[in-house]
Amino acid sequence: MSILSEKTSGDALPDFRSLGVIARALVGVNFAALLAAAVKAQNLAELADYMLEIAAVLEPTLLGSLIILYAASPAVARLPYRAGLAAVFGIVVAVTLAILWLGATAMQDAFAPGALRAVAFAILVTALLAAYFQLRARAFSPALAEARLQALQARIRPHFLFNSLNAVLSLIRGDPKRAEGAIEDLAELYRMLMSDTATFTTLANEMDVTRQYLNLEHLRLGDRLNVEWRTEAAPRDALVPPLLLQPLVENAVYHGIEPGIERGTIEIAIYREGDRVHVRLTNPYHPEHQHRQGNRMALANIRERLALHFDVESTLESGVVGANWEIHMVMPYRKQK
Amino acid sequence: MTAAPLRIFIVDDEAPARSRLKELLGDLTAELPNVVVGEASNGQEGIELLPAAAPDVVLVDIQMPQMNGMEFARHLTTLERAPAVVFVTAHGQYAIEAFEVNALDYLLKPVRAQRLAGALAKAVSTGPANREALARASHGPRRYLSVAERGKILLVAVADVLFMKAELKYVTLRTREREYLVEESLTSLEQEFGALFVRVHRNCIVARRAIRGFERAGAEDGEGAGWSVLLGGCEERLPVSRRQWPTVKSLANG
Repeated sequence: MSILSEKTSGDALPDFRSLGVIARALVGVNFAALLAAAVKAQNLAELADYMLEIAAVLEPTLLGSLIILYAASPAVARLPYRAGLAAVFGIVVAVTLAILWLGATAMQDAFAPGALRAVAFAILVTALLAAYFQLRARAFSPALAEARLQALQARIRPHFLFNSLNAVLSLIRGDPKRAEGAIEDLAELYRMLMSDTATFTTLANEMDVTRQYLNLEHLRLGDRLNVEWRTEAAPRDALVPPLLLQPLVENAVYHGIEPGIERGTIEIAIYREGDRVHVRLTNPYHPEHQHRQGNRMALANIRERLALHFDVESTLESGVVGANWEIHMVMPYRKQK
Repeated sequence: MTAAPLRIFIVDDEAPARSRLKELLGDLTAELPNVVVGEASNGQEGIELLPAAAPDVVLVDIQMPQMNGMEFARHLTTLERAPAVVFVTAHGQYAIEAFEVNALDYLLKPVRAQRLAGALAKAVSTGPANREALARASHGPRRYLSVAERGKILLVAVADVLFMKAELKYVTLRTREREYLVEESLTSLEQEFGALFVRVHRNCIVARRAIRGFERAGAEDGEGAGWSVLLGGCEERLPVSRRQWPTVKSLANG
């Protein structure tokens, strides 16, 4: 089993305030200059001359660009990758032109004949560096993506554990059998929560975990929580990211059942249509409770994880339908080989 | 033991949580004589049942549907003989900060018997929770205002209030049906409900959604011509002060 898609949420520019990045830029650019000089030079003496000539324009340009990038780093980092890249190129070209102009003014020279070449050199070197940093970032990103997955999965609401433990404690004297069952459910649920997260699980497994979670919620919410499963046509062997259904159902309990005094119904429908798996989840909608934290965050997490696992092949839609909140999730039907 | 047992009331929307507290209180009777005089599964029910039960201490869950524990506790302070309040919560962090800062008693779920005994003893010695401390620890406006009437607590939904008017040490609340007196300051009410109410006069704030229009008031009130605000659901015309008129006028078209 493996992650089917390697797509990460996007490329990013390097941190221009990091010492490593600055050092790499300095070494890289000077090395490129040395190469350029070496190509032109016939012997060692000429090489030194060319190097000096290049350095006169190159070093102030390089330092100036790095200083400006250092200062502008937070602003540039906020831009989308392409816009940020364009800004970096803009800064480098502007600094190059400024240095050339300063040089020309100081020497009372015509605006340098070599200016075009200098600008072309600047753009070329910047492009090489950008490509290098991007490759480097990609080489490290699977680890980042996995770390993010771990973080996303760990988000079961902490009060759930304490409320559940409290409910189990209340059962121990009066109904020890039920208390045992509840602790078993709790154990399985947390085993899942703490498990390796990059791999897929089966839909059947995911439904079991969700059932165990709901058993625990039943314990504390009693009759207020009513759940209707419509999963006769669910493809139980479908591979899904772990903890995809449970957080959505947890959300439904938190926003649909807990704010109400009356009994509320959560409906979970899972079915297959061709090569797609559909999950439809409905819960009572409490408009006055939308300020409760976390609804959009939880949905954004699921959406991000769907994208990490299925790229563009999955969708997640949500909205108010009548008196209910409805979530409709579609993902490709993949079976275990 | 000569002292009467401590009278305790429990409010929690989760039945197992209530029965757990009762078990623990039962275990504690030897060292801390106590009796559970009532329980409720939500704030409204608690408001109805609690005054007649006359508890010394109320154990209140924070996160409850419709009316949270903090608002429930605030309404209790209108009682002449208000009980001491101990909050019970499964939440960490931010809730606890608010409790600590405002010196409110709390217990974390799952509750331990010894902690419960300690909290009860402390609550008895400190007495009813301070109204201002509760207000400071609250997040967001209340959904109800409370009025003490013949030893009971009446809840008036903020959404039903047309206007609030300050008179001497009271504020009058006007709904479609009737008037209520509350012992709060108009300034703090304006602060809490500023999103729903607008000040039309030094002594009056009006529900924004109730404003139907404006009318030229005659010269008979001595100050020359001014404007009055017309409200849906009540005949009374409320004068708009010259100072507030620019603000209020801009709502007329909105």
